[in-house]
Parts: sequence; structure tokens; C-alpha cells
Amino acid sequence: MIINHPLLGPRDAQEFTYLGDATLIDRPDGLSFPSADAAMDAMHDYLYQRSNPAGEHRELWFHEQGDRSWLVVTRNTVTHEILKVELARDVARMRGRSK
Amino acid sequence: MRYSGFRVIREALTGHKGWGPAWRDATPQASYDYIIVGGGGHGLATAYYLAKEFKQARIALVEKGWIGGGNVGRNTTIIRSNYLLDGNEPFYEFSLKLWEGLEQDFNYNAMVSQRGIINLYHTDAQRDAYTRRGNAMILHGADAELLNRDQVRAMYPFLNFDNARFPIKGALMQRRGGTVRHDAVAWGYARGASDRGVDIIQNCEVTGFRREGGRVTGIETSRGFIGAKKIGVAVAGSSSKVMAAADMRLPMESHVLQAFVSEGLKPVIDGVMTYGAGHFYVSQSDKGGLVFGGDIDGYNSYAQRGNMPVVEDVAEGGMSLMPMIGRARLLRSWGGIMDMSMDGSPIIDKTDIEGLYFNGGWCYGGFKATPASGWCFAHLLATGNPHPTATAYRFDRFRKGLMIDEKGQGAQPNLH
Repeated sequence: MIINHPLLGPRDAQEFTYLGDATLIDRPDGLSFPSADAAMDAMHDYLYQRSNPAGEHRELWFHEQGDRSWLVVTRNTVTHEILKVELARDVARMRGRSK
Repeated sequence: MRYSGFRVIREALTGHKGWGPAWRDATPQASYDYIIVGGGGHGLATAYYLAKEFKQARIALVEKGWIGGGNVGRNTTIIRSNYLLDGNEPFYEFSLKLWEGLEQDFNYNAMVSQRGIINLYHTDAQRDAYTRRGNAMILHGADAELLNRDQVRAMYPFLNFDNARFPIKGALMQRRGGTVRHDAVAWGYARGASDRGVDIIQNCEVTGFRREGGRVTGIETSRGFIGAKKIGVAVAGSSSKVMAAADMRLPMESHVLQAFVSEGLKPVIDGVMTYGAGHFYVSQSDKGGLVFGGDIDGYNSYAQRGNMPVVEDVAEGGMSLMPMIGRARLLRSWGGIMDMSMDGSPIIDKTDIEGLYFNGGWCYGGFKATPASGWCFAHLLATGNPHPTATAYRFDRFRKGLMIDEKGQGAQPNLH
């Protein structure tokens, strides 16, 4: 697989390590829930539950052997076709992080 | 029809006219007491033990393709019970004991061959860890033996003992481990189940679960609705897809694991061997091919085929362990889809939906578990209670912090 890095251009997927579903960006804030049980449920789902779709999947890749940036790669898990590559930083900011 | 030596001779003398199909290809009826979803090793074993041990009437097994076409036909055929943790070892030892009596039990030649498995160690720390693991195995009634370097050399003189970085110092051996003809496991269970009245329904894909008041009443399939009181899902590789139809998310990711076989060679490896410094495991089939594999590719996939970097990685592992493998040519490679769970261990449990049961998350160790997985799942379906050896395989273990993490990797499925 070739990942088209937004800053560096096409790079071999071997330069990257894989973390998993891009929802890992949205870690819940344990203090923002009305009860400890609700916080526990949210953290459990965040940490352990996955949608694991057959088809389009947004996922986190780390350019370990390169510029060490985190990417959000949209890839088809049935064909391995890569549809879109974004900087994870941009995705996180779009979701209101670091404001 | 019972298979026996006498029968083979009689058929040979009468022109082989008496052999019939080993099992019945059924068409679905309107409803059943039990439906097993998934015609792989685990599903077929479940149907077999449900019909045989728990004497349940009206059982159907539905399969989207043909039986035995998934991971039971794609693995490296190894059986063993060399686990460390309390949640695992009794279960896998139960499974190995079932393997030992399997062929007599279902009257089918599955070529169960207890040729012994060795896990090589290369450092003092690894030796200590294997000593501990061997002791844990013995405490649970399994067999384990620590071999020194000379004992390993006597078995496999061609290994790379004096590798400067990963010298072989010895091995943990389980003599009762070995290999089994994997396809015959599926066929033997199918035949045994079919003989006991189980309807095996192929080309029947589950598209949904019908529910009334928090309880399942049947499955929607590509061949119409089939009613059932209890439904057991055993579809490793496709677990997330099937359970999504019941609005469930699972603690797992699907990953592709590749396996390889070389051209046929003269007998050289009479047991099973795993490399302790890289991820590489190898045995030799009765036809002479070296059957080996390594790591999963490491990213979510439903493609049933992998990529070249892992081929290279596995080849490097093989070259590092036994350099002469470089002279052998690769005949075939293939891929299968694994349920990689969050702690590397499986789930056999009821769900929050009354009447719906789940069996999956086997990572890439499901083949050796086939008999016990079927037995324990059948036990759960029939009695409503987990089998004593499978009490730890619950959905809520993540919530309660009771993970069964042999490798200690945490919630990172591609590292288990």
C-alpha cells in the first residue's frame, strides 16, 4: 500500500505503524459526565468497542520512519484502496480540539 | 454409514459402489429450536456437540458460502495447549484432550498427529518465562518439558544455533501438541452433526435478526426467514459484520493473517516449531510441504489476502531460524480474516438480547480451540450457563478489568 502523505507525497505503508480507528482521537473527558457510571461506560466504549466496518474505514497511521506525523487515512478494508489522507492534527482541530 | 478398515476392504472388493455423501445438504425449514450461524470449524463443532452431548432436537446450521471455506481451511493446522494464564490454559487443555479422542468420537480420519511442538528460547529471560509457562501448564494437567540446547540439536541439527544475535539456547516442548488435517475436521463434524439430524444449510447468508420485546425470534437470510428459539453466532472474521445486524459493537478488529506452503520436500521437520526471536512457526505436511506463517499484516482488513511486506518479514524469520529454507521455493500463500480481540483472548458468552449467543474473537489461535469451542458453546446454548473451562470468556471482562492478555499488550488488537 502507498499512503499519499499530505506533506511528503506518496510513501510506502511500511514506513508507518498502525494504531486503529480514527475515533481514538475523540477521547471522552471523564469529568464531563453526570455520573461515574456514565463516564465508565463512555471510557469503556472508547477504549474497547470498535465499529470494525467492511468497507470505508477512517484510521490512524503514524509516520514512524518519516516525519513522525499522525495521519487519518480513509481506506477501504475490503479492497485496501486508500481514498483520502489527512493530517490527524487538522482533523482534531476541526473537531474542536486545542481551542 | 460407519467408516472402518473392514468397510474400506469391502468397498474395494465391490467396486466402491457403497460410498454415499458424508453429509446431507439441507433446505431450510420454517423454524428450529437452535440455529448456529457459521459453517466453519467452530460452528460445525457446536452443532455436533449440541446434537450429540446435549441431545437437543431441531438444530440448523446456516453458512453464507460452503462449509469449511473460511479459516478452518486456511490455518497452519497446529494444535497445542501451551498457555500461561488461568483463564486460558484449562480451556485449551480441554480442547487438546478432545482432539486426542476426536477421530474415534466422530468416526472420521482427521489425521490427528501428536508430533510434538517446541517453542525455542534464545535468552536467559526467555528460558525463565518458558519455565514459568511450563509449570503453569503442568499445574493444569497438561504436559511440558524444558529442553536444553543439545536436546534441541539432536532433534533439529540444521537450525541456526550459533546465530550471533539470537543463539538457540533450548526450547519448551509439549509432546502432545501437533497437527491435524484441518479440512477433515470440518467434514468430520459436518458428517457427525448431519447424522444426528442437524440441517446443514449452505449458501444462506444472515442479513438480520428478527426481535420481539428484547428477544430474538429468528434470522432473516438470503433464503428467507427462519425462526428459532436460540441462535448461536460463530462466524470469526465476520463477527463485527454479523453482530452489527443485531445493533452490537464488539471489542475487536478484523485483520488479515497470511500463511505459506513450500514445494514438497523430503522429511526434515517431524514436529512443530516456533521461533522465539521472530514471529515464525513451521511444520511439514504429510505431502512434504513446509507449512509456515508469521505475523498478521497489522491493519484492519476483510480482503482475505495480504501484502508483500509481511511475506518478506516471514521469509526473513524463516531464514534467520533455518537458513537452508532459502533453497526451498514457495508454492502458495493465502490469507484469512481474524477476529483480533482487545486482549488477544476469545469470547463465548450470551448477549444482552435474550436468546442470542456469541462465539468469536479467536485472534489467530482458533483452530486448536475448535473442539472445546464447540463443546463450550453448545454447553452455553443448551444450559444457559458457561462451561467450567470457559467462564472467563465474557463480554464484560473489559468493563471489569478482568482481561486475559497473554502478551500483556493492552487494548491494541494488531499487537496480540
